[in-house]
Amino acid sequence: MRQGNKYLTLATLLAMAGGMGSTAALADKSTDEIAKYRQMIADGNPSELSAAQGEELWKTKRGPKNASLEQCDLGLGAGIVKGASAQLPRFFKDTGKVQDLETRLMTCMETLQGIDPKTVVNEKWLKGERDTMASLVAYIVTESNGEKINIDMKPAEMKKMYELGKMAFYYRSGPMDFACSTCHADTNKRIRLQDLPDLRSQKGAAAGWGSWPAYRVSSGQFWTMQHRLNDCYRQQRTAEPIYGSDVTIALSVYMASTANGGTVLTPGLKR
Amino acid sequence: MNNQRRNVLKTGSGAALLSVLAAAGIIAPGMALAEWNKTAFDAKSMADTLKALGAAAPAESKDVQVTGPDIAENGAVVPVGVTSTLPNVTMVAILIEKNPNALSASFNLPAGTEANVQTRVKMGQTSNVYALVKSDGKFYMANKEIKVTLGGCGG
Amino acid sequence: MGNPMKIRAASKDGITEVKVLISHEMETGQRKDSAGAIVPAWFIKELTAKHNDKVVLSSEFGSSVSKNPYLAFKFKGGAKGDKVSVSWTDNKGDSRTDEATIA
Ligand code: HEC
Repeated sequence: MRQGNKYLTLATLLAMAGGMGSTAALADKSTDEIAKYRQMIADGNPSELSAAQGEELWKTKRGPKNASLEQCDLGLGAGIVKGASAQLPRFFKDTGKVQDLETRLMTCMETLQGIDPKTVVNEKWLKGERDTMASLVAYIVTESNGEKINIDMKPAEMKKMYELGKMAFYYRSGPMDFACSTCHADTNKRIRLQDLPDLRSQKGAAAGWGSWPAYRVSSGQFWTMQHRLNDCYRQQRTAEPIYGSDVTIALSVYMASTANGGTVLTPGLKR
Repeated sequence: MNNQRRNVLKTGSGAALLSVLAAAGIIAPGMALAEWNKTAFDAKSMADTLKALGAAAPAESKDVQVTGPDIAENGAVVPVGVTSTLPNVTMVAILIEKNPNALSASFNLPAGTEANVQTRVKMGQTSNVYALVKSDGKFYMANKEIKVTLGGCGG
Repeated sequence: MGNPMKIRAASKDGITEVKVLISHEMETGQRKDSAGAIVPAWFIKELTAKHNDKVVLSSEFGSSVSKNPYLAFKFKGGAKGDKVSVSWTDNKGDSRTDEATIA
């Protein structure tokens, strides 16, 4: 309702300004209408279905060791899920590595349940253990909705990852010579009617990073951040990175730390 | 093989369960056995669909509203709904004129259920969306155009 | 069988609002897979909602209802603690029932 009113005033103002920037006005009108559309579908985000399955899986005894993930330490202590993904990626002393949510879950699956990480890494998107992973992720990120993005950049390993991520963000490759920055380093850039956030800025990174993982309306699927990044490499017409590889974690560290202080909006709802 | 066993079980117990429920008066027989309206769902044009629903010539009514956005970002998920202030509404339906089969969903509303149902549908392209309402035994209709920036049929 | 539904039911001023999210593919039977073969139709045909044992909504779906269907409706009555249940049957004869407590 309120949104509608805001749009009316905007339209009136534009009409008074007369004639100028009519294409921009049209695009803005569409963006406004699309904002209304997104608001209408926000209640009842189908991610809830994946999250419910994930919560069940978290508590289910599985794998060669027949154990649940309830003792998994996502960074805030064994078994603490609430708020955990708002502080990921982070440096973990026990593995000596910087891990994002998905690679950390693979560690828990291996140590607690005896499930070989390869069963996730070598699987196809949304199949087998990788589908299990997506459900677990849906559950965990839902438990951080509304929290502040809070990435601990003190460890030297995090700084190293940040630098690597920044490099990867600007690194041009593929037949089109695209980098992430080609599409994500402009304010007001659009593809079709999709606003592309400027991921170099705190605001843009908070909007982009903070709203992933998400349910994608176009495919009717819940996508993890690894899935999102993989698809961005595909958009870039480049070789797809290995699941959970350093470059994907580095990019996540770069985006997440840039987004520090923003609000976690996961699970998102995307085109 | 698991599936097969499940199917056998289901046909067996399912039918038995229905009759038990019907016998216990938990579900009115008419309700349990109401056949999915194949003719209406298979119909292509608006006219054929309305005929199959027994609503050959519904009157346009200001008291019926199609709820939904003006523009849908993606045709795979378009939030649409029907609301009406007409009395004794017993049925509402959602029809998408330009979809391969116009009828998307129909709802029977027992007394006490409000004429206010919201759902989400797929739209292949920009189209008029119609709300059909049965009030006091008569049919009424309203429509709204919803623009689709990306079609929802085919993926 | 399928996966569990998410059902939320809340009563306010004598009216109960029910919101349902259902896990289902809702294939139209008009879509082709990556190999070019038609993906067979697979969709929920009938859905019934009950308040305790009374039917409060009975619906018929076509295949153009979106994947992972969403449904919201309201009925008079319903007190906190009452049960609302939702059942669906799809074109393959599969079915599922879940219930929620009115908040
Ligand atoms: C050819 C242009 C292009 C390139 C190159 C590209 N992206 Fe994207 N990116 C998009 C588009 C378009 C979207 C919007 C989502 C969609 O429709 O797929 C998007 C979405 C995103 C989002 C989610 C933003 C949001 O608000 O939902 C993130 C994060 C992201 N990209 C990161 C990256 C990273 C990291 C790289 C480099 C590895 C990259 N992108 C390379 C086009 C691109």
